Amino acid sequence: MKVTIDNITLEVEPGTTIMQAARMIGPEVAPPAMCYYEPLKGSGGKCRACLVKVTAGSEKDPRPMPKLVPACITAVQDGMIVENTVNEDVLETRKGIVEFLLLNHPLDCPVCDQAGECHLQDFSFEHGVSSTRTVEERNTFEPTDLGPNIQLHMNRCILCYRCVYTADQITDGRVHGVMNRGDHAEISTYIEKAIDNDFSGNVIDVCPVGALTDKTYRFKSRVWFSKPVDAHCECSKCSGKATIWYKGEEVIRVTGRKNMWGEVTDFICNGCRFDKKKTADWVIEGPTNVSRHSVISANKYGANLIKPAFPVLQAARDYKQINDDRDRSFVGIQPALPKSKKK
Amino acid sequence: MSKIVFPAETLELVKKIIARYPEGKQKSAILPILHLAQAEWKWCSPEVMDYVGTLMSISPIEVYEVASFYTMFHLEPVGEHVIEYCRTGPCCLMGGVEVYDHLKKRLKINTGETTKDGKFTIKEVECLAACGWGPVFQIREKYYMHLTNEKVDQIIDELSK
Amino acid sequence: MKILTEHIDVPNIDTIDVFMKHGGYSAVKKALKKMSPDEVTEEVKKSGLRGRGGAGFPMGMKWSFLAKPEGVPRYLVCNADESEPGTFKDHYLMWKSPHTLIEGMIVSSFALGANTSYIYVRGELMYVIAILEKAIQEAYDKGLLGKNILGSGYDLDLFVQPGGGAYICGEETALLESLEGKRGNPRNKPPFPAVKGLWQCPTVVNNVESIAATSWIVNNGGDAYAAIGVGRSTGTKLISASGHIKKPGVYEIPLGITVEDFIYSDEWCGGIRDGHKLKAVVAGGSSVPILPAELIITTAAGEKRLMTYESLSDGGFVSGTMLGSGGFVVMDETACIVHNTLTFAKFYHHESCGQCSPCREGTGWMDKVINRIEHGQGRIEDIDLLVDVAKKIEGNTICPLGDAAAWPVAAAIRHFRDEFEWHIEHPELATKPGAVFMRKGASWTK
Repeated sequence: MKVTIDNITLEVEPGTTIMQAARMIGPEVAPPAMCYYEPLKGSGGKCRACLVKVTAGSEKDPRPMPKLVPACITAVQDGMIVENTVNEDVLETRKGIVEFLLLNHPLDCPVCDQAGECHLQDFSFEHGVSSTRTVEERNTFEPTDLGPNIQLHMNRCILCYRCVYTADQITDGRVHGVMNRGDHAEISTYIEKAIDNDFSGNVIDVCPVGALTDKTYRFKSRVWFSKPVDAHCECSKCSGKATIWYKGEEVIRVTGRKNMWGEVTDFICNGCRFDKKKTADWVIEGPTNVSRHSVISANKYGANLIKPAFPVLQAARDYKQINDDRDRSFVGIQPALPKSKKK
Repeated sequence: MSKIVFPAETLELVKKIIARYPEGKQKSAILPILHLAQAEWKWCSPEVMDYVGTLMSISPIEVYEVASFYTMFHLEPVGEHVIEYCRTGPCCLMGGVEVYDHLKKRLKINTGETTKDGKFTIKEVECLAACGWGPVFQIREKYYMHLTNEKVDQIIDELSK
Repeated sequence: MKILTEHIDVPNIDTIDVFMKHGGYSAVKKALKKMSPDEVTEEVKKSGLRGRGGAGFPMGMKWSFLAKPEGVPRYLVCNADESEPGTFKDHYLMWKSPHTLIEGMIVSSFALGANTSYIYVRGELMYVIAILEKAIQEAYDKGLLGKNILGSGYDLDLFVQPGGGAYICGEETALLESLEGKRGNPRNKPPFPAVKGLWQCPTVVNNVESIAATSWIVNNGGDAYAAIGVGRSTGTKLISASGHIKKPGVYEIPLGITVEDFIYSDEWCGGIRDGHKLKAVVAGGSSVPILPAELIITTAAGEKRLMTYESLSDGGFVSGTMLGSGGFVVMDETACIVHNTLTFAKFYHHESCGQCSPCREGTGWMDKVINRIEHGQGRIEDIDLLVDVAKKIEGNTICPLGDAAAWPVAAAIRHFRDEFEWHIEHPELATKPGAVFMRKGASWTK
């Protein structure tokens, strides 16, 4: 079936969501996702970061949908027309979502291990405003240890539920969950308990913010000072395919491999993640392709950088405008996409 | 605390409750059983919740998640009588604020606290669906309506005996 | 004209014998013995009965959406999780006359082809649950529930499910989650409950009052029901009247009487308490926009406002409101709008499930800001901030709780902005106990 997103039309299989279709076009039209995580069944629909405008429901019923809809869980209908970056309402709403997510989020990026690969940083940089309107006290929680290797900073959590789905779907028995409700809801084991099973470490990788962090990596390095390298190992529990992170000659961290949307492609076991911290444990494949505009890529592996799909000139202009107090006038510009693949 | 097990007749009732739902959907019984547990043990300690989980063959975390979502379940120890007063708009219009202040003064405790003798706990709750009969508070299943300072005194006197 | 509360003051109407002496369960006999499920549905459609829980969606249409795949059970779930501030009609009806609901449940379940039905009652109403359970047992004993009801071949089991204290479970998908034994997080829609509801089976969720009305419709026909009321607001409605009136309570009104009559007539509220004047009304439960005296009695166009879905919403949100669940909260000139708005904002903050970010964060934000204003710490820019936050919540959440939280704040500022400003500009006056801003020239100050 046919769907048009930001004036770009493409063919997709029935059952495809707006998010999936937009991702097929590319990052320049894909809505942001803070809770949706394709590998996790049932994820999405909660953060509302991906709200888009459907200006025509389908060929058969071309009426616009009355409200903005979450792209991640809304299935495409034949002839549907979607507006994401070209719709003012969508962008205005998204500003609001950023504001809501930051309302109780501490401004502790300088001491947060996630900084540099934090989706909330990216989201607020791309869609937020530079000033804050709130003067209220933030809700606070004490950091807790979920076992020897995982630390929980509930202050930073945006309640995306990804870690809950991960524990349900990847591990053999969930011992943490969401307690309480409203803005006092928190991720917790309720009674002090270690999250302890072979795949529990994956909750760190799926966490979009610095709420769940790797204790073996704590304060080891800023992420942009380390070099990610694809590597694999023989492992009886998982695929053994991982990304290992070097600072100088030292392996300071092991994570799952992520695709361009920040989603883990192979969930790895705790043995690979927490215990294999020597080069000798791994067969090195080569530098990791670092995508988009990540700070991790700064001044590293020029040849392996995936170039943004839109022209560098435009990118430069956009970034300049972002510096100029987030002028959004550029968003109306049609991304110049390779025309061959898309109709 | 002695071993946490329901008395035989409550266990019978638990069986009946679970039978209200289709095969394999016994988790639906969680709210009714938590109510029974709270009636039995006054509050939902982790041990009580773990026990509730075993009755439905679900994991402890599933019980914690549910119990902490619903405000009726006391996750901390409470006094013998838990007074839950409605603080929402219509009750406030009917003079609720003054009556509740009187209640707190009378018991010399604040919302969320328990008297030293362990007799009373005051909790603030949202609308109890008795707006026309406000101000209202609830002690266990009993509603006390049209409250005045005098009425509050009477109720406390009665329960203090 | 009374349909639901005709016999409510008869002594012992909560017992099945007295209830049947007054014509109770005749609708069950008629429906199960003389009508087909489709015929019952047809009468409900004809009646024009609209969902009484607040949304006002035509009930017959909702029923017709129910998917009926072969071999898959269907469920009827009664929403008795009444928790909207200002609303206590279902509480009253179930407490006084439980069989009225049970009769409606049997008739409605029959129409939908449900063989197991649940009444989800808010947990705080434990004593009402006991009343309902006793009444259900009586119905089983009379052969009105269970296998082969009245020899018709139709089976129905009816159970009461207690909630645990969560307003959000009045939202139908949250209610279903709760009934499945989970946290009351609303589901994303589609799929709607009519296709995938309780345990992923087709399900209809209806309010107590809506279901209770079906018995009368079966007995007297949909046309007779539709003959009551005005236009698309057919039948009678239970109104929960509270606040500064002479006679607070639950009243069954034929839709279409004037708001003025409802407030001032001795048949209903009996007027504002002595020595006081009407200042404002929240007409349909806490989530609908508050209206000042002038706009609740007459519309902006100068017409008498009626107690109907259409008339109350006349003027949209600029000058109108909604019938909602019929929670009619009346305020006289002693009521502080800022304080009242604060209690509502607190309510939604407390009751947000926390699943989606605009509602989770926005409700808390609005609560904190209004709390500051109420306590003399407000800034003049807070007023526009509140309007903007409300706007950013509205329509962007998974369920209508976000809208319900945004509307009362936006409306209070829309109609009583000077009251907020006064609080901010005169904190030393505004924070005195009982201090209320008197707007010059307003009808309630004259």
